[in-house]
Amino acid sequence: MMLELNAGDQSMLQGEQGPAVAAAMKILVAFSKAVGARELLDIAGAHIDGCLYHGQASLDFVERLIEGGGHVRVPTTLNVGSFDLIHPGLVKMPPSQEAPARRLMKAHLELGCQATFTCAPYQTRFRPALGEQIAWGESNAIVFANSVIGARTNRYGDFIDLCCAMTGRAPAWGLHLSDNRRGQILFELTGSIEPSDALFVGVGLLVGQRSGDRIPVISGLPQPRDEDQLKALGAAAATTGAVALFHAVGITPEAQTLDEALHGLAPEETIRISRADIDNALAKLSSVPDGAPLAAVSLGTPHFSHDEWMRLLPMLREVAPGRGIPIYVNTGRATLTRLQDEGALAGMGAFGLIPVADTCTYVTSILERLDGAVMTNSGKWAHYAPGNIGVSVAFGDMEDCIRSAAGGHVVRGTR
Amino acid sequence: MSEQDRRALDRTGIFQLAGRAQGSALVLSQALSFWGGVDAETGDIIDHSHPALGGNVADRILVMASGRGSSSTSSVLAEAIRKGTAPAGIILERPDPILAVGAIVAEFLYDIRMPLVVCDTSGIVSGDRIAIDIDEDGQAIVSLT
Repeated sequence: MMLELNAGDQSMLQGEQGPAVAAAMKILVAFSKAVGARELLDIAGAHIDGCLYHGQASLDFVERLIEGGGHVRVPTTLNVGSFDLIHPGLVKMPPSQEAPARRLMKAHLELGCQATFTCAPYQTRFRPALGEQIAWGESNAIVFANSVIGARTNRYGDFIDLCCAMTGRAPAWGLHLSDNRRGQILFELTGSIEPSDALFVGVGLLVGQRSGDRIPVISGLPQPRDEDQLKALGAAAATTGAVALFHAVGITPEAQTLDEALHGLAPEETIRISRADIDNALAKLSSVPDGAPLAAVSLGTPHFSHDEWMRLLPMLREVAPGRGIPIYVNTGRATLTRLQDEGALAGMGAFGLIPVADTCTYVTSILERLDGAVMTNSGKWAHYAPGNIGVSVAFGDMEDCIRSAAGGHVVRGTR
Repeated sequence: MSEQDRRALDRTGIFQLAGRAQGSALVLSQALSFWGGVDAETGDIIDHSHPALGGNVADRILVMASGRGSSSTSSVLAEAIRKGTAPAGIILERPDPILAVGAIVAEFLYDIRMPLVVCDTSGIVSGDRIAIDIDEDGQAIVSLT
């Protein structure tokens, strides 16, 4: 199988459009050959997961593209970095690491990327449309774009997402192509199931664990209250597995019917999910029992949407936690600006609220107290935080998190 | 082994990144993810679930069926090549996009070519002295020295 390049691709590859574009195209061509693509296709946008500092090579790469006159060719958003640039001092880091980590974020802006610094680019004005070809990094964003919006991306990552942005091209393979978006493994929810936030997290955990490299179809899922419940499902599935696309029958755009999701074929495997399976999966997220002392609450992984803030803020006023337990809420800077313009956050610091923008509490050192468990409503945060930042975790829904902050210890199911 | 038998182990392959290298083979029975699996500071294999845990990839000709795991492997491989802790070359049965990106980025940034070859790996055992060379058609020549 040969990769065929068009005249524009050739021109980029041969350096006629500058050394940075040539390097990006060379890398893209090698990647495309390795995945067996026959041609490249145009993309409408990109999302770059390159702003977390992992070592000198990642910064050197961006600096060299800048030196070579590089500039992104499509609207390009940025994932979280290691810093909250909006709230200086919130992240603690040794100066030797701080300088390159800050530079990495700024260097991406010099390439023409947008200063979104969010893992939820689908909440910004750069949200793609149904059927649009894009090249996105960040696992939760990828699964949201493919599944909830019906845009088309593969799981792009280190360097290659930026190479797509610099050339405006991506390999025509995988989930970019209609035939490859067929559901292959069917998950059937059985029994009567309440559409709680935790339900969507639990289904996501199970689907991720058991899908392997097959595309899952979920039937029997109750209608979600909003897209944030699907965000939580996708993020969990992309945490416990490599899910880049799921179909929820009657809910997501490429699955109006089971038949549509399966492209008229039979599923390769069918797995039944019961309420007990979901409860078991959720129970494994918590490493401390109810009643354990609480050090902090962390919400907003993936980044809290405006809708989620509108649910949280009345809850904070009603429960009025007064013990000084910090309630960190990770959110995009655009969402934060909107809330500030609305005056929505006035006085909320008294309840322990600490908004975090541009980064996330589990990828960098923000949490000040580690003398107790951290409670979260995020399956993704509960999965990664113990390994990343060494905390014990209690999982619960948003209201349990706030009531626990008020009580000073983990409480669940108080309603 | 007779000279003839040894030559029978020579083979051609396809380059994902062309280059020349020599070294002692490190043959892995399981694919290794560089991210979470290799310490770029030292080249040590640090994946606790991998049978080669405790080994070291630096300056070896790493031989495995395929790549594995997260796209962050590209960054770790590029960083290892920069630090001089990477394999001298990698031989795979199947092409791997993630390793290819890491190797090409390192070549672009640091002018260090760590050849990445796709070919039949049967008959190669750890400790074999392997040479990777380029023939006149740009194909990879893998031989025991």
